[in-house]
Amino acid sequence: MEEVREQTISLPRLGEPAPAFEAVTTHGVLKLEDFKGSWLIIFSHPADFTPVCTTEFIAFAEIYPELQKRGVELLGLSVDSVSSHIAWVRNVEQKTGVKIPFPIIADLSKEVSLAYGMIHPGQSKTETVRCVFIIDPNQIIRTILYYPLTTGRNMGEILRIVDALQTTDKHAVATPANWRPGDMVVVPPPNTQEMAEERLKQGYECIDWYLCRKKL
Amino acid sequence: MACISPDGKPTESGTKMLRALESGLGTPEEIAKQVGLPLFRVRSGLRELTQAGLANQKDDGYELSPKGIELLVTLSA
Repeated sequence: MEEVREQTISLPRLGEPAPAFEAVTTHGVLKLEDFKGSWLIIFSHPADFTPVCTTEFIAFAEIYPELQKRGVELLGLSVDSVSSHIAWVRNVEQKTGVKIPFPIIADLSKEVSLAYGMIHPGQSKTETVRCVFIIDPNQIIRTILYYPLTTGRNMGEILRIVDALQTTDKHAVATPANWRPGDMVVVPPPNTQEMAEERLKQGYECIDWYLCRKKL
Repeated sequence: MACISPDGKPTESGTKMLRALESGLGTPEEIAKQVGLPLFRVRSGLRELTQAGLANQKDDGYELSPKGIELLVTLSA
């Protein structure tokens, strides 16, 4: 009987620990645990010296100071060599004046890409798609975004998600659709009838007992 | 290697970290503040300096090894 071999591709899930790794990067060998205590955004790109990726790297470099203010580190990744990464970031700096300040994993073995589910064979069997993993200081995955090869990422949305997650953690609230810092936040829904009745007397802006907003 | 060059000598950031250990035992957090590098770079760098025999890990911190002290003396000469 012919043996059927199936490769199971694991995808990390929200609320689970980020897969550990030790990887060669443009800033030396880094482990996931080196980032403990900081927020971390791991993002993959299909390949060095490609147009959309270059625009994204410039855009990531531009929001880096804002991310630093929020205690967030950035870590790029693609299935390219360190030499390729170094040549690319030097080229970007020479041609555009933008210095890439964060490390990039050279994942030639695809170990990290596979652990994080960054290779989607339907898009490409050899390149990583445009993934974004937002990992909290306890190294729990808090957000996963996947973009197709042809669509560059929205940096404003990435910053908005970081702000929303940090606001949720700090104030034990949720954030409504299209929320931006300074907007009203959503008060977590009550769990009992008594809490629902009390909720309506607390001075929140309520549409009904299950949807109340407040200012921070 | 970010802190040790292929010729075995510490890089600029590696030397900064070694110099930060001259005053005694230091945690990665303390060294990161002192040298102005991100904490992840310092954790990774101290691991490399330890593997190269230039620093030793002790409890939650790091200290210079005899080889590390010798190297700094040579660099200062």
